[in-house]
Amino acid sequence: MMLPDLGSLLGFSTEKIEKGDFILLSDRNADASFLINHFLSLYLRAGCKVCFLGLVQSFSHYSAVALRLGVNLVQAREQGQLVFLEGLKDSVGQLLQQGPDSEAYPMGFLRGSQTDLRSLFRFVQRSVGGAGEWSPSILLVDDLSVLLSLGVSVEAILDFSHYCRTTVCHQLQGNMVMLVRVGEDEDDEEGPELLLKALTHQCSLALSIQGLPTGYCRDIHGQVEVRWKERGPGAAGPGGALAQKKLLQYKVHDKGVSFFARGTSSAVL
Amino acid sequence: MLAESGILLSVRSGSPFLIGSPERSDVSLLVKVLMNMAMSVSNTGERRSQQNTRPACNTTSFQKKSRSKLVSIPGTRPSVQNGQLIVSTGVTSLDYVIGGGLAVGTLLLVEEDKYDSYSRMLLKYFLAEGVVCGHHVFLGSARDPPDEIMQDLPAPILDDIPSNAVNMGQVTACDSEDQGSMKIAWRYQNLPKVQTALASSSRFGHYYDASKTMARELREAVKCSTFFLPHELPAESHAEPSPISEAYRLLLRSIQELIRQEGFDGTAPQKSRNILRIGLHSLGSPLWADDICCEEKPTQASSLTSFLYGLRALLRSSLCTCMVTVPSHLIQNRAIMDRVTRLCDTAIALESFRGSERETNPLYKDYHGLLHVKQTPHLNCLVCEAPDTKDLAFKLKRKQFSIERLHLPPDLSDTVSRSSKADVAESARLLSSACGGLATSNKHLDF
Repeated sequence: MMLPDLGSLLGFSTEKIEKGDFILLSDRNADASFLINHFLSLYLRAGCKVCFLGLVQSFSHYSAVALRLGVNLVQAREQGQLVFLEGLKDSVGQLLQQGPDSEAYPMGFLRGSQTDLRSLFRFVQRSVGGAGEWSPSILLVDDLSVLLSLGVSVEAILDFSHYCRTTVCHQLQGNMVMLVRVGEDEDDEEGPELLLKALTHQCSLALSIQGLPTGYCRDIHGQVEVRWKERGPGAAGPGGALAQKKLLQYKVHDKGVSFFARGTSSAVL
Repeated sequence: MLAESGILLSVRSGSPFLIGSPERSDVSLLVKVLMNMAMSVSNTGERRSQQNTRPACNTTSFQKKSRSKLVSIPGTRPSVQNGQLIVSTGVTSLDYVIGGGLAVGTLLLVEEDKYDSYSRMLLKYFLAEGVVCGHHVFLGSARDPPDEIMQDLPAPILDDIPSNAVNMGQVTACDSEDQGSMKIAWRYQNLPKVQTALASSSRFGHYYDASKTMARELREAVKCSTFFLPHELPAESHAEPSPISEAYRLLLRSIQELIRQEGFDGTAPQKSRNILRIGLHSLGSPLWADDICCEEKPTQASSLTSFLYGLRALLRSSLCTCMVTVPSHLIQNRAIMDRVTRLCDTAIALESFRGSERETNPLYKDYHGLLHVKQTPHLNCLVCEAPDTKDLAFKLKRKQFSIERLHLPPDLSDTVSRSSKADVAESARLLSSACGGLATSNKHLDF
């Protein structure tokens, strides 16, 4: 079984995918990329059409991890279920301004002649539509804050995420998962913090990963805070209450993650 | 085969009686014996069937798994954890700390100490290891001419060190047995010896003598490319809008060209494949025409990060490995340093005691500085291996740079006076504040 705890924790399963969800993942002093891998394999199992913007790692990395979780990315890509953008691949050419300048390149914003993420959004639009046998449409981004390192402004990223949300969550009734990584100090007024605040305002489910406040520990890798937003009457999280919050600790294993209530790790008990 | 399974069956039929035996230890022993028998039976069966097909083969059926598919490149080996191809950084204890070695295709960030003396030394070790292994070496610098750095590499010690060490260990063990006068309390006798110097069990990488420089012939035997910014900058630059500054663009382009020309991107034929080691000195310093060290809000805040993104992209698609040193204490905006760290795979920071009050602290008298592991790589697996301990210190012995676990020095005075106790308590307090670098608040406990 792959990550059984997280599925039950969120009330997600391959049979039941909520419609129109925007899930925001964030991390501070810890690494939340295991959640991205989890959602990728979850949606592929559920038979969704997935568009993945992998901006920080190569395809082979995601594919090796997914294989351990029991999903074959290469096969999914060949069958047209998965559209994978390997951000690293043609970024060097764009950064060094080699080849023609065209809006056809999703990473064209790296040239500096375009100030917005229009080309990247066009790519998303092309990829999520025309799902055919696969539905609903899903957009995954790993990770959004690296765009800040590439000189894109917060406004442009927020515009991009808004357009994506309108297309994926509202028009196509699919899901969108985005990862934002923030630095250590919380009172930073610009950059990732601003991005995180704005996206937290829009999202329907926020999962924020943090390192332990008391420092590094080998048996507990960090804590996760889960926040559901109200989705109108009757639509609540699995606990039944509206707008609820949960705080759990976790440990990442070779082939999954275990979540436990605070203080109940196997190292403590 | 039939007869053997008959033996098995007969033993099985007797087993309820055995398990009914009152002494549990006997039962477990017998179960072990039974399992051994079963194993040997199946083994012999297998061997026989093999002999039937290949009568010439009369050795054991256990064969060493060999990876004949992979052409091994000198100086590399597959990692134990994830099978990634790794190379040594030149400092054996550093290899151990970052999980066995530096994976090919990844970027190691070294945050410089205040005077850039130890980080420079690490860079030299990294390059020297490349020279000894016959890798292609690339060195980029803006301050010192790369040739000067290359002339100053430490000399390798090419004797067989581990066997020596083992011999010495045996000798000392004999000595202690001969003396035999010191008795240890029985419950501590069998405890393993505490080893503070970090090293993996098998040997990987070389040792270097920092007091000598490498012989010229050795250095000139390998291909070496250099990038010295003052020589590369054109007289006038064309101002084209770009998120990446002129200096970094030139550097990135020269690395890209080298990778293409020499076929490090996998186009070279299998047999002549080699590793490219890239060392970049003091990236982000004002000499790279970067103002992140001078301003809180630099004009080109994303220049260095964009360069690192491009470098990461190049590394991931080729047989390269790279060490970058950055003067992080000069960078005014912490957010930029965070982003730089995120774009690298492994990140370590050196904090030397020189010029700080810790230099005279009795706690640190054995060391020259602290080493912080800020980030470990995340490669092809869900977990990223973190080191067992984060309290690490480095020291420069007469000849060798090494990283050790930080521990309190033993109190050797005959009478422990009250003042020295207070000293140790004070330094223990310092230690906890130094080591708990990650602890952001101590307001509440985690449980």
